[in-house]
Amino acid sequence: MIKLERVEYKYNEGTPMEAEALHEVSLEIHDGEFIGLIGHTGSGKSTLIQHLNGLMRATGGDIRYNGESIYKEGFSMRDLRSRVGLVFQYPEHQLFEIDVFTDVCFGPKNQGLPREEIEERAREALSLVGIGESYYKKSPFELSGGEKRRVAIAGVLAMKPEVLILDEPTAGLDPKGRDEILGQVARLHKERGMTIILVSHSMEDVAKYVDRIMVMNHGRLVFNDTPRAVFSHYKELEEMGLAAPQVTYIAHALKEAGFPMETDVITVAEAEEAILCTLAMEEER
Amino acid sequence: MGIIRAKNLIYNYIKRDEEDKIEEINEAVKDVTLDIEEGEFVAVLGHNGSGKSTLAKHMNALLLPSEGTIWIGGRDTKAEEALLEVRQTAGMVFQNPDNQIIASVVEEDVGFGPENMGVPTDEIWRRVDECLQAVGMSAYREVSPNRLSGGQKQRVAIAGVMAMEPKCIVLDEPTAMLDPNGRREVIRTVRELNKKKGITVILITHYMEEVIHADRIYVMDEGAIALEGTPEEIFSRVEELKNFRLDVPQVTELAYNLRKKGIPLSPCILDIQDFVRELAEFRKQRVSL
Repeated sequence: MIKLERVEYKYNEGTPMEAEALHEVSLEIHDGEFIGLIGHTGSGKSTLIQHLNGLMRATGGDIRYNGESIYKEGFSMRDLRSRVGLVFQYPEHQLFEIDVFTDVCFGPKNQGLPREEIEERAREALSLVGIGESYYKKSPFELSGGEKRRVAIAGVLAMKPEVLILDEPTAGLDPKGRDEILGQVARLHKERGMTIILVSHSMEDVAKYVDRIMVMNHGRLVFNDTPRAVFSHYKELEEMGLAAPQVTYIAHALKEAGFPMETDVITVAEAEEAILCTLAMEEER
Repeated sequence: MGIIRAKNLIYNYIKRDEEDKIEEINEAVKDVTLDIEEGEFVAVLGHNGSGKSTLAKHMNALLLPSEGTIWIGGRDTKAEEALLEVRQTAGMVFQNPDNQIIASVVEEDVGFGPENMGVPTDEIWRRVDECLQAVGMSAYREVSPNRLSGGQKQRVAIAGVMAMEPKCIVLDEPTAMLDPNGRREVIRTVRELNKKKGITVILITHYMEEVIHADRIYVMDEGAIALEGTPEEIFSRVEELKNFRLDVPQVTELAYNLRKKGIPLSPCILDIQDFVRELAEFRKQRVSL
């Protein structure tokens, strides 16, 4: 479990250029959760996730991993970083090895594992993201955008993290590619019980996959609730440069036009059911 | 003749080994023929690797055809002396705003293009004023671009292209890296340029909601144009689009699903208002029966 207690981060602290990127952020991330993190560009999302594996150090407050402060003397940041895996935006830009398999081995190799274990992990990680053996000896640069990204994710998975943080893993991918990546992430969550934090600009994707949404705005955590509850604040979300899924707007527009349906729908399937249900009820009357 | 016209356009990426022998040929664009009229808003959809960006790069001669011909404003891009004219006719905006902004102040960035073209100073400033206004960024003219949001940077990049007064703007996934608000800003700006200034727009995107107002859509698959039509025509083919790794807007999918369940809605609804109206009509008819 990760627990943040009034975490603050100031850039250039103590200088005239001081700027606050995180303001008293308190939150908990429980084992096995699938969390969506949303916020406009510059809201503090990326700063926040870099705190979770110690890449950035809070200028105030505390972060606890399984009850232990990560800023305590003697706490192993190295250990933390292998437990909390971070997949950056456009991770395929970080592929550099001569072939796919060697690239995925890089992480566990750095962890100092024996060779058999390294290769076993690489094989497992690649199969988790649906990259078959026929790709192992290919240069990463021969792959399509979606394939490259999956290899990059496998590189982090090979370190067997307990928590996987993905920063906009679907940016620039076609709709099918988006579904494939998120489907695989959802499977990791379900089958392996991996804790997932998904940073995304796609409200439709977030609505479809996550259990809980955290919304950042101007360095503060402003909402922290189920997708349904968060998207019911769609007007406030818009003021923050965000939005709700299109179906939520459809439901509200229908209700305003006098159609007595529930407005808390967030996926196409839910909207379909709510509309059919309301129509059936009307017919009975 | 249209402002952008291609006939049997083919482009091959050729991979060579150390001895310069051809190792592999990848046909990225296969026999594309198209005709885009001045003033049109054309969207290009297609999955990753379908050849969209390769095609787009032919529209301002960043790539030249391996076979076939593309004419921009009537000029064959293969003619060397046409290069300047081609690039002045069609400007390009790319995915990553940070790779396109070069100056340290917004107004200088916008003025960079016309300055390079040898436009007189007074005229440069007039264009900078006009273009920043057109993209709604006048208030930021003296700001450093690194203080802008992604959507704002992308609008500055569009103003920079506009300042060269192209007849046509080609945007290659301009919203892929933006948050919802940034996406809205950019798409609104592009639509206005098309409507108010009559600039021809070619928009490449993976976001289906962004293209519902286009005049025409091309769907690319395996380097070829697989479908062509109005948004209504294209988005009524829900299953086919999914086979091309694409999708439809949520409102369209919802209407499509309800229609399958027997609710008599139009075959293709792209707009929330239309959806609400049609459902209301259906309920009214049902009551009167």
